[in-house]
Amino acid sequence: MALSKARIIAAAVALLVVGAGALLWHPAIAPVDTHAVFSHEQVARGAELAAIGDCSVCHTATNGQPFAGGRGVPTPFGTVYATNITPDPETGIGRWSEAAFKRAMRDGIDRAGHHLYPVLPYPHFTRATDADIAAMYAFLMTRPAAHATAPLNQLPFPLNQRFVLAGWNLLYLSPGPWHPDPAHDAAWNRGNYLVEAIGHCGACHTPHNALGAESSGQTLAGGQAENWYAPPLQSASPAVRPWTQATLADYLRTGFEAHHGAAAGPMTAVTDELAGVPDSDIQAIATYIASMMPKTAPEPVMARAGGDPHAAAIFAGACAGCHGSDAPMTRAGAPSLALSTVVNAPTPQGAIQMILNGIPWREGKSAPYMPSFGAVLTDAQVADLASYLRATYSEKPAWTDVPAEVAKARGSS
Amino acid sequence: MTAVLSRRTLLAAGGGLVVAFSLHAQEPKRPGSLKETPSLDAWIRVAPDGRVTVFTGKAELGQGLTTALLQIAAEQLDVAPNRIELITADTMRTPNEGFTAGSHSMQDSGTAILNAAAQVRGLLCDAAAAEFGVAADTLTTADGLVHAADGRAIGYGELAAKLNLHVDATANSPLKDPAAYRLMGTPMQRIDIPAKLTGGASYVQDLRLPGMLHARVVRQPSYGATLLDFDTGPIEHMPGVVKVVRDGSYLAVVATKEWQAIKAMRALAAAAKWQETASLPDEATILDTLQALPVKDIPVLTWQAQAGAPVKRLKARYSRPYLMHGAIGPSCSVAQFVDGTMTVWTHTQGVFPLRAALASLLRLPPDKVHCIHTQGSGCYGHNGADDVAGDAVLIARAVPGHPIRVQWMREDEHTNEPYGSAMIAEVEGAIDADGRIVDWDYAVWSNTHNRRPNIGGLMLQNAALSDKLPVPPPAPIPMPEGGGDRNSNPIYALPNARVVYHFIPQMPVRISALRSLGAYLNVFAIESFMDELAEAARADPVEFRLRHLQDERAKAVISLAAEKFGWSAGKRGDGRGFAFARYKNLAAYCAIALTLGVDHETGQIRLGRVVAAVDSGQPVNPDGIRLQIEGAIIQSASWTLYEQVHFDRKRITSFDWSRYPILRFPAAPDSIDVYIVPRPGLPFLGTGEAGQGPTSAAIANALKDAAGVRLRQIPLSAPAVKTAIGV
Amino acid sequence: MIRLNVNGHDHDVDAEPDTPLLYVLRDDLALNGAKFGCGLGQCGACTVMVDGRAVFSCLTPIALLPGRNVRTIEGLGMNAVQQAFVEEQAAQCGYCIAGMVMRAQALLEHNPNPSEQEIRDQMAVNLCRCGTHMRILAAVRRAAGRGVKS
Ligand code: FES
Ligand code: FES
Repeated sequence: MALSKARIIAAAVALLVVGAGALLWHPAIAPVDTHAVFSHEQVARGAELAAIGDCSVCHTATNGQPFAGGRGVPTPFGTVYATNITPDPETGIGRWSEAAFKRAMRDGIDRAGHHLYPVLPYPHFTRATDADIAAMYAFLMTRPAAHATAPLNQLPFPLNQRFVLAGWNLLYLSPGPWHPDPAHDAAWNRGNYLVEAIGHCGACHTPHNALGAESSGQTLAGGQAENWYAPPLQSASPAVRPWTQATLADYLRTGFEAHHGAAAGPMTAVTDELAGVPDSDIQAIATYIASMMPKTAPEPVMARAGGDPHAAAIFAGACAGCHGSDAPMTRAGAPSLALSTVVNAPTPQGAIQMILNGIPWREGKSAPYMPSFGAVLTDAQVADLASYLRATYSEKPAWTDVPAEVAKARGSS
Repeated sequence: MTAVLSRRTLLAAGGGLVVAFSLHAQEPKRPGSLKETPSLDAWIRVAPDGRVTVFTGKAELGQGLTTALLQIAAEQLDVAPNRIELITADTMRTPNEGFTAGSHSMQDSGTAILNAAAQVRGLLCDAAAAEFGVAADTLTTADGLVHAADGRAIGYGELAAKLNLHVDATANSPLKDPAAYRLMGTPMQRIDIPAKLTGGASYVQDLRLPGMLHARVVRQPSYGATLLDFDTGPIEHMPGVVKVVRDGSYLAVVATKEWQAIKAMRALAAAAKWQETASLPDEATILDTLQALPVKDIPVLTWQAQAGAPVKRLKARYSRPYLMHGAIGPSCSVAQFVDGTMTVWTHTQGVFPLRAALASLLRLPPDKVHCIHTQGSGCYGHNGADDVAGDAVLIARAVPGHPIRVQWMREDEHTNEPYGSAMIAEVEGAIDADGRIVDWDYAVWSNTHNRRPNIGGLMLQNAALSDKLPVPPPAPIPMPEGGGDRNSNPIYALPNARVVYHFIPQMPVRISALRSLGAYLNVFAIESFMDELAEAARADPVEFRLRHLQDERAKAVISLAAEKFGWSAGKRGDGRGFAFARYKNLAAYCAIALTLGVDHETGQIRLGRVVAAVDSGQPVNPDGIRLQIEGAIIQSASWTLYEQVHFDRKRITSFDWSRYPILRFPAAPDSIDVYIVPRPGLPFLGTGEAGQGPTSAAIANALKDAAGVRLRQIPLSAPAVKTAIGV
Repeated sequence: MIRLNVNGHDHDVDAEPDTPLLYVLRDDLALNGAKFGCGLGQCGACTVMVDGRAVFSCLTPIALLPGRNVRTIEGLGMNAVQQAFVEEQAAQCGYCIAGMVMRAQALLEHNPNPSEQEIRDQMAVNLCRCGTHMRILAAVRRAAGRGVKS
C-alpha cells in the first residue's frame, strides 16, 4: 500500500499534536557497571528466544559482527538502522540494567529515556514474560562486545522527532502481559505466545495501517516485508496444499517443505534462525499457526498447456531446468510451481520478487537456492513470465497490474 | 657384483635367486618413465627444420604440467620453448605412462623428459663433433644450434636427420649443472592460459567435428535401478532426435543439436519408469556402519624401541564423509566409430587403461580403440571422465560414422561420479614426562581408493547394460603409496608405533580416487592429534613437531612456514593453527600456518591469513608450484568446512551445487602466501596433492585455538562448530 | 530464425526460441568461451554480458534477446581484464575462467573501483573448483587499478 507523502506528513503532524499533548517524560535509568553472573541455562534459553525473536536478523549488518547493529531496515517511512545490542559500554547496551532492557522491550523507551521506533517490535515484546526478557538480556550481555555505532536513521521530518512516538504508542501500544486461552491446549498456547510475544510474526504477516502499525482485527492476515509478499498465516492462506502442523514444522526448521517450497526473501533469515531452536518450540509455533490455517483447499492443477508462447519459451529456457516436471530438482522432491504460494497468492509481488532476486546462497549451507533473473529480464519480460506462471500453474484469476508491480519491485530491488 | 646387494634383496630373493637379482641390481635403473619406455624417440623427435616434438604419456589436468615439461625439455635441449611442440597422452602416439595421478607426473614423465632431453642433446653434440672433427666436450649448444669453439655452428635439424634416436636411453644422462639453469626453476607463464582467456578451443567440450551429433544419457536414478518397459516413440519424434539408444537399463538419446538432445533427455527421464531398491545405509550412522563392515587387516608398520615412561595417554577418533570431486565442467567425451575402429577424445587421467576398459566394454580388441587425451575441466581424481567416454563409445557404436559428443548434466556428475571414501581413524598416543611421544597406536578404516577402470566391468554403464561383464573385487593400493592408508605412517620419529589399515571391501556408495586419497584424513588425524599431544605436553605445536622429526627437509619446511607466518611460541588464542605433512612420505613436503575467526553465534569459520612452505625438490615452474598449493589449500578448506555427500536410503540427494555447496569467493582466505624451499638438482617431488592434508588439520588446530573446541569430524560445519561452542 | 547481436555482429540463428543462449553461442556460432557448468544458474561458467550486465547464458533463452547486445569473451580481444588474468596466472584448469572474466568485466564497467568486499560479493556467483580464487581476486584488483573500458 503506497502512502502519499502528503498523507504521511498530515498524519505526522496530527501525531505531533497528540504527542505533544500527551508527552510523557521518561527518566533515564541509571547506567550500571557490573552485571549479575548469569546461569548457563538462562543464557541458553535466551539464545533460543533470541533466535525465535530474530534479534540478529535486524541487529547484524551484512558481514558484520552479530548484534553489533548497523543494518538498515527499510520501512515505508524511511530507513531505520538497528542499533548495537552487544554489551559494549559506549556504543552497545553494556551499561543497561535489566530494568532498562525490560523497559525497551516492553515500552520502546531506551535507557536514556528516548523513544525507540516500532521497527523494534516492542508492541509484541511487551507481552513477553519477565523470565524470557531476563533470559534474552542474559544472552545479549554474554555476547562479545563490539564497538560500533549505527548510522543515523533516514527519516523525514517530523518522523525524525522521536517524541512523536509517544503519540503513536498511545494509539498502538497496548501494554500488558500475554494471557493463555483456556480453550486451547498447552502446545497451542505456547505457540500463540511465541508467535505473538517473541516471534512477532505479525510484524510482517499482518497488514499495516497508514501509520505503520499492525491493523487491528487483521492479525496475520498477510502483509509485506521489504517489498516481499508475506502470506496470510490464517484462513486466507493461499497455499494450495493446506499447511499442517507437521509441514509447517518442517518448513520452519529447514526453510523448505516438499509441498510448498522454499523460504525466500526476508523469511530465509527467519528459518535460518529457527534451525537452532528446540523442536518443542517449533512444534508449538506450528501447532498454533496450523490451527488458524484452512483445512481444505482445492487440488492443484499440475500445469496447463498453452499460454503466451513467448513466455512459454522463456519458461522453457530459463526456468524448466529446475521447475520442469522432469527436472532434477523436481525429481529430488521440490514441488511443482502449481503448489507454490507465490504463484497462488492474491498479488504478483512474491512471484516478481522471486524472479528478480531468487534465493541467494548461504555460504557452505546445503539449502534451497535460486538464481536471480533481474539482470537478464526486462520489466516487460518479468511481467510476461509472472503472468504466464499464474495462468499455467494456478486456477486463481489472473493478476491485474503486473507491470506496475514489476516497476515497483525494480525500484526497490 | 656383491657390492650392491642389500640386506633386503638377500632376504627377498633368497637362495638361488641371489645371483640373478644381484646381476639385475648391478645395472642402475633408468630414471622416471624411461624404465618402461626406454627408446629416446618415444619421448623426443627433432624434425629436419629443427622443430622439436616432445611426447608425454601424462595429461594436462589444469596443473600446468605441459608448461613444466616444456621448461624441462627446453632447458636440457637448449631450444626455445616456443620451438617445441608437446604431445600429451594418446594411445597411438605417446608412451604409456599409466595414469596422470598421485602427483606422479613430474617424478615419472618430468624425469623421463629431463633425462631423454639431456641424452638427445648429448647425441646431437656427438654428431656435431663428428661433423666438425672436434672433441664433443669443446662444443656448446644454444637455441637449437651446436656451436664449435671456432665459430662454426650447425642446426639440430640437420644433425638429427643423420641421427638415429630410436635407441634406448642409458641410465645416466649428461645433465646440465643446475646452477646453469635458465628456465628450470624460473617462473614461466603457462602456455595454455591465453587460449583459455580468449575463447580458444581448449577442452574436449569445445570439439566440433563435421557431422557431430549430441547425445545425453538418462542415468539410473539409484544403484541397481531397473528400467521398466515404456514407449519411447513420442521422444523419437521430437525435433532433431536421431535415435533413442536403449540396452537393458541403459538409456540415451542422440539429436542433431545439443538443446534438442537435452529436451529429449528430459522427456525420456519423465517417461521412464524405474524399479528401485533402498540399497543405501542410513546417512546419519554411516561411519558406524562402515566401521562394522567386515575388514581385511593390513599392517602398515610396527616400531618398537626403548622409551620413557608414559605419563599421559590420549585417544581420539577422526572421520571424513564421502566427498565429491565436483568438477566445474561436467564430464564430456566425443567418440566416432568408423570401419570397426573407435576413436575417443577424452579427458581421462589414463588413456591406456581407459582404452582397455572401453575395448572390453565394446568387446573390441584394444588396437581398435584409440584414446586421445583432450583437456577437460579439472578432475581431481577419478571423476566422471572415464564413464562419459563409456557413454560416448556405446552411443557412437549405435550411430556409426558420426562423431558423438556426450556431456553429462550437472546432476549426472554430482550423483554418478565415484566419490572419495568416507573414512575413520582412531589414534591413541602417550607422552612421557619430557613431553616426548613414547607410544602411538593408529588404525584407519576405509574403502578402496582406486576403482579406475581398466576393464569394462568397472565402467558405470556395466551396471545398466543387459549383458554385464564381471566386476572385479575392490583392492587396496599397497604401501608405500597406499590408498586408505596413504600417509597413515607418521613421518615423526616415534619409538613405539603400530599402524594398521582396516580395509573395507564392501562399498555401500560407489567410490574411487579423490585427490590425495586417504592422506587427507590421515594427515588430518595425525596433525590434529599432534596438536592434542602438544597441548597435553604444554608444548608449542611447531616446536613439538620439530622435536619429533629427524628429516632435515621436513624441519626446514616447518621452520620456513613458521618464520614467514611469524609464529611465536606461546602466543595463543588468536585463532592460529599449524600442520605439516610430506605427501605419501615420498613426495613434496608442505607446512601450513593459518589464522581463522569464528562467528560465535553461527559457528561459521572465516579463514584469514594462510602461509605455506613447500619443498618439491628441484622446482621447475615455481609459480606453478605456488598455484598448486594455493589450489590445494582452497579446495581442502572447502572439503574441510562444508562438504559432505548426502543420500537417502535409495538415492544420492546431493544433486547440484545447492545440495553440495563448495567454497565461494567471500569465504576465500584473506591471503595465501606460498614459499618454496629450492632444492637445486634434487629429484622432482610431486606437489599437486601436498596441501590437502595439512590444510584440514591447520584449520582444526586453529579452530581449537580460536574457540577452544576440538572438532574431529569433517566437515567442520557451522552447525557442528556452533554445537561445540555452545551459547 | 532469430536475429542476435553478438559482439557487435548480427547473426540470424536457426534455433528454437527457448534455446538457451549458451548452446547457440557454442554450437551455432562456434564460440568456445561460455561453458556449460550446471545449466542451473549456480556456477557462472556460462557467464556472458547482455546489455552490459553479467548473465547466465545457460538460463537465457534467445527469445529474450532480439534487439539486445550480447558480449562474450571472444569480443573482448585481449583487454585489461584478460591481461590481468594472464599476469596473475589466474587459471588452473581454466574451465571457470571465461565466466570469471566476463563477470569481472561487468563488475568493473559498473564499478571501476570496487572494494575487496564488493569484488568478492560480485564474484561469489561464479564457482572455481581448482581453488584459483586468490589469483582471480588479484587479477580483478589489478584490472580495476588500470581502468576497464566498456
Ligand atoms: S552453466 Fe550457467 S550458471 Fe552454471
Ligand atoms: S581454474 Fe579450474 S575450475 Fe577454476
